This record gives sequence, structure tokens and C-alpha cells, in this order.
Amino acid sequence: MADVVRVVAADDPVRPLFSPAGELTADARGTLGLSPDELRDLYHKMVWIRRTDQEALNLQRQGELGLWGPYQGQEAIHVGTVAALRPTDWIFPSYREFGMGMCRGIDPAEMLTLFRGLSHGPWDPRRYHFAPLVIPVASQVPHAVGMAMGSRFKHGDDVVLSTFGDGATSKGDWHEAMNFAGVFRAPVVFLCQNNRWAISVPLAKQTAGSIAERAQGYGFPGIRIDGNDVLAVLAAVRAAAARARQGDGPYLIEAMTYRMGPHTTSDDPTRYRSETDLERWNVKDPIPRYREWLQGQGLIDEASLAAINREVETAVEATRNRLKSAPVPAAGEAIFGRVYQHPPDSFLEERQEFESSLESN
Amino acid sequence: MAVKTVIEAIREGMDEEMARDESVFLIGEDVGNRGGVFLASDGLFKKYGELRVIDSPLAESCIVGVAIGAAINGMKPIAEIQFADFIAPAMNQIIEEAARFCYRTAGDFNLPMVIRAPWGGGVHGALYHSQSIEATFGHIPGLKVVVPGTPADAKGLLKAAVRDPDPVLYLEHKRTYRLVKGEVPDGDGVVPIGKADVKRQGKDLSLIAYGLMLTYCLEAAEKLAAEGVSAEVLDLRTIKPIDQAAIIATARKTGKVLVVHEDNRFAGIAAEVMAIIMENAFDALDAPVMRLTGPDVPAMPFNHVLEEAFMPNVDKILAKARELAAY
Repeated sequence: MADVVRVVAADDPVRPLFSPAGELTADARGTLGLSPDELRDLYHKMVWIRRTDQEALNLQRQGELGLWGPYQGQEAIHVGTVAALRPTDWIFPSYREFGMGMCRGIDPAEMLTLFRGLSHGPWDPRRYHFAPLVIPVASQVPHAVGMAMGSRFKHGDDVVLSTFGDGATSKGDWHEAMNFAGVFRAPVVFLCQNNRWAISVPLAKQTAGSIAERAQGYGFPGIRIDGNDVLAVLAAVRAAAARARQGDGPYLIEAMTYRMGPHTTSDDPTRYRSETDLERWNVKDPIPRYREWLQGQGLIDEASLAAINREVETAVEATRNRLKSAPVPAAGEAIFGRVYQHPPDSFLEERQEFESSLESN
Repeated sequence: MAVKTVIEAIREGMDEEMARDESVFLIGEDVGNRGGVFLASDGLFKKYGELRVIDSPLAESCIVGVAIGAAINGMKPIAEIQFADFIAPAMNQIIEEAARFCYRTAGDFNLPMVIRAPWGGGVHGALYHSQSIEATFGHIPGLKVVVPGTPADAKGLLKAAVRDPDPVLYLEHKRTYRLVKGEVPDGDGVVPIGKADVKRQGKDLSLIAYGLMLTYCLEAAEKLAAEGVSAEVLDLRTIKPIDQAAIIATARKTGKVLVVHEDNRFAGIAAEVMAIIMENAFDALDAPVMRLTGPDVPAMPFNHVLEEAFMPNVDKILAKARELAAY
């Protein structure tokens, strides 16, 4: 059995920051080294991405978007994760990480053109180190490992963050990627946003065991943390990323949270979950929780809170206006453009045929 | 110019591309120390080391998924699927991810990656080591699919695939590996993707094939010549993008076409070739376009008698070609 990698405590810089229940310890919270401005900014961002989420939901209801997948309840993970990483560390999201993209600096109006059906790829992933959203569940997890292996090959010290939901951990690609990463000690932080629902299937029916503890079987550490605490997420991702950066391999963080809204606008959660469940998690809503903590620390006052709300309202209104004025691209380019980098001649002929058929109709 | 086998040509192609461009690397099951189960990468592990010739865990989906991630990071992966029959677990990664990545990023990202897969029957491989997959993947926009049948084309198309900015599925026919020998030009000898090749000129009828069937068609053409029938043999070489002009040209030239493949008949490549001819050369035809294919059953058994019964071969091609010639 000498070949089996044993994960030992000394190999885990994240666990000492947390209580056995996955709460960030007071000591760890006190030594994050964030300035009051940075701490307030985390709150500002959470409010901003939540309001944008609500606005997108409204826009979908008004027929302005084709579909929307709300992330309400998961803002602490979106904001904490991005704040913990270097801007050059790649993020491989699934489909619900709109807020992470915003925190990476992508214009939300530009991102929303995806859901308005105006573009398949509204942002340049290279510019933001933020890969395209992925609809097939868990498909992106092997990509993150490949990206990380490439980074090692190039002797860089950027790390890759791969995020996915609890449902993704049932998929073969997830297992294959975790195993690959373990074997090659790829510099990847795996971040499970365990929001307890995969459309209508609750966590208990998704898996009978612990997601975090599975990391042991792949030869690296894992931890379950409170994903509704922005500072806990930040601390965990930062420590796991630092470990990966120095060549010690992957880490699995299971951030416990709750999907407060529907799976998407096509879903009706009243068919499968109770109000009491939602109410239990309302109490743990990451935004009021963090606001109260900031107030308790004397880091934010009513005037700053009001200013944040005003700024966010202005930003959201501007987003809505920019989105609504985004032009519908020409059908030829929108449909035929960019299937290939070097399109075959026969493909270009087909495009021409398509375009002239549009003109003649 | 030296005579080589198909497998030597593939190995040489990979070796030269890896030497030329250090972002090219190979990943797959047993490709390292073992040199691949067919020895396609024999010696490359020693030459380029474990970072560039990567023995992967037994996980086809992740082999392709990791290759995609590496390509996003500027690398040029060659991902080997040990047998085409085992590519199914990677279909999501190939179809939904690799083939759509350029489209999904509005062209911000192309994926310069090659997926190599040994395919085809005639090697006593039975149900799970004999399958043909070209039609399945030929249907996918965003993907290019090549099917070399000679050593020169095997090397030249491998080089073209590595240098192509889009994902290329490179199908190497197992039976041709050591059966088919031929001259391979010195130097690069890149064979462009999307160009068919007239391997034998003729005027009475056209045989259109690729992979192992090319060899069989050339043999059949030789025998037909002895019978006074001049058969042209068109090697498709690329399934996607298919060379429409070459197909139309040979159909117009001879007016009689037989398409041969070992893949299943229904919705196979022959159907597409026939449609191209009907749309573009109907007026030049002297006979209905014919096809000779593998039957619509999953694949062939080990037993060589039954395997022969499944596979198109020279005799079957001859019989069909005579029928066409007499039409």
C-alpha cells in the first residue's frame, strides 16, 4: 500500500482556519489582512450582483431574456472566490456564475446578451481569465485540469479554479477530472457550490456521502465550509490557491449554500420544496449576515449603506439600458460566424447560400 | 523518399511536429513507456519526457477534456483514444465542448487539437476493436475528420491536423498500419485537409473510398483493368470538410460511381457522397450511384470467416463494379 498517497494534516493549510463545523475561526477572520475599504467592497459587490440577478429575472419575465438562472443565495461564494484569486488565475465556471464574471470585470450588460440570444460568446475569456459558461454539467471540470497542466508545463504559477454544483459531483467527468488532477498534482482549486438542489433533486438523493471527504480518495485534501460567509470562502480559496501555487497540488472545497430561487426561469420550485426549507436558509442569507458583521465591527454605517444602494441602483439601470439597446447582429454572421477558425470553402458556400436565401425572402 | 508503413509514418509525423513545436504534446492511455498499444508513439517518451508524452489514467472523456483545457492554454495537444470503439465516453467533450468552443466564444478561442483514434475492422478485433465512427463525427459542425489510407497521407494529414487551428479527429485504420506501405516524401509533405486525391486515373467508372477500402479498391481496379474496365479510384482522405469538387469531377468524368466503406450503411458517408453527386452531376450519370458498405449491425465477430462476411473486400467490390460497368 506504499503507493497510496495519504493526505496528512501538514498538507492542509485550509483546515486550521476552520472549526470542525466548517465555520471560519475568529482568529482566522481577524488575520485576513483586508482593509476596511476592501471589506466594504465585498459587501458592495454582493449587493450589486444580487440586484443584477433580480433585474435579469425581471427582464426574463418581461420577455427581454430567453432564460435566466438565478444565483440568489450564492453571492458570498461568487464574491469571495474572485477576491481570493489573482486576476490571472483562470476561473472555469458552470452556468450560474454570472456574479463571478461581474466581479472579474465583465460588463453585465455584455454578459446578458448571451441570454438575450445576441451572442454565443459575449466576452473574451482571455481578457478576464474567465472561461465561457458551460451548460452540460461537469464538462468544464476536465478543462480546468488541462489548463492547469498547461500552466505547469509553462512553468507559470497561475492556478485554476474550477467551480460546479453538487449535482456535478455525480458525473463521470467530475470523477475523471479529480482523479487526473490528483495524479498529476495539477494546480487546481475545485470549488463545489453545494446549493442542495440539482433542479428538483435534493442533496440527499444526489449523494449518500460527503463530497469534501472524497478528495482523500484522490490523494488531496478537502473541506466542507460555510459557503454563505463571504470571508470564509475568501479564506478557504486563498489558502487552497496558495497551496496549489507552490506546487502542492489540488484542493477540494465544498461550500455549503442554498439556491434560494428556481433552477432557471423555466422551473417551478413550489412543485418540489417547502417554504419552511427556504425560510431556514433565509436566516443564513449571506448579505444581511455580512452586513450585520460589518455593522458590529463598526465598519459600515447607515449613510454608507444607503450610498451603496444608490450606486447599485444606478449601475443596474445602466445595465438594463445598455442591454436593451444592444443591436441584433446580422443573421449570417450570428449563425455562421466562428464555427471554425479556418472555415472550409464548402462551409463558406453554405453560408453564402443561407445569406442569399434570407435576402430573397 | 523512403518506403514506410502507415504506423511508421504516423510516428514520424508526431515526432517531427513535437520537435518543430514544443507546445505539441501527446496524451493518452499507454502512450508513454509502452509506446502505445500499436507502438504509434514508440520512442517518443524517451525522447520528449513525461511532460510531453503523458500516460493518462484510463479515462477517455478526461483525456479529451484535459486536451481542451491545455489547448485553451495555448498548447497543441494530440489526444490518443486507444480504440475508436472507446471514444463514446468522450463524445460529450468532443461534440459539446471541442467542436463548439470556437462558436461559443465567438471566435475568441479556437482549439488547435488533434484526437487520434485507431478504427476499422479486418484485424480480428471483434465487436469492440473494429468499429467505424467517421459518419457519427462527420455530422458534427466545428469538427474536421480525416481518414488517411496511405503512409504519405497519414504523415501529411497528421501534420496538417496538428497545424490546423480547429479540432481535428484523425482516424487511422488499424489494418493499414502495417499492411500498407508506400513512399513518404522527405521533409514536411503536409497534405491539406479537405482535399481528396485521385489515386488511379480511369474513364469507365469511379470507385470512391478511404482508409482500408482505398487499398482494396486499388486492387479491384487493377483486376478490372485486366477485364477491360478502366476504373478511377478517388481517395476522399478527408470526411469533413468533404471534397465536393473532386467527387463531382470524377462523377462527371466516368458517369458511373460506386462508393465503398466498411462503416454501416444507413446515413453513412456513401449517402452524403451520393447526395452530392445527385445534386451536382445528375445529368452526367449513366447509371444509378451505387454503394457497397458494411451491414447495419453493430460490428463484426472475431471469427475470420464471419469477419470476412461482414467486411467489404476486393471480391465484393469487383462484383459490384462489374454490375455497375454493365449497367
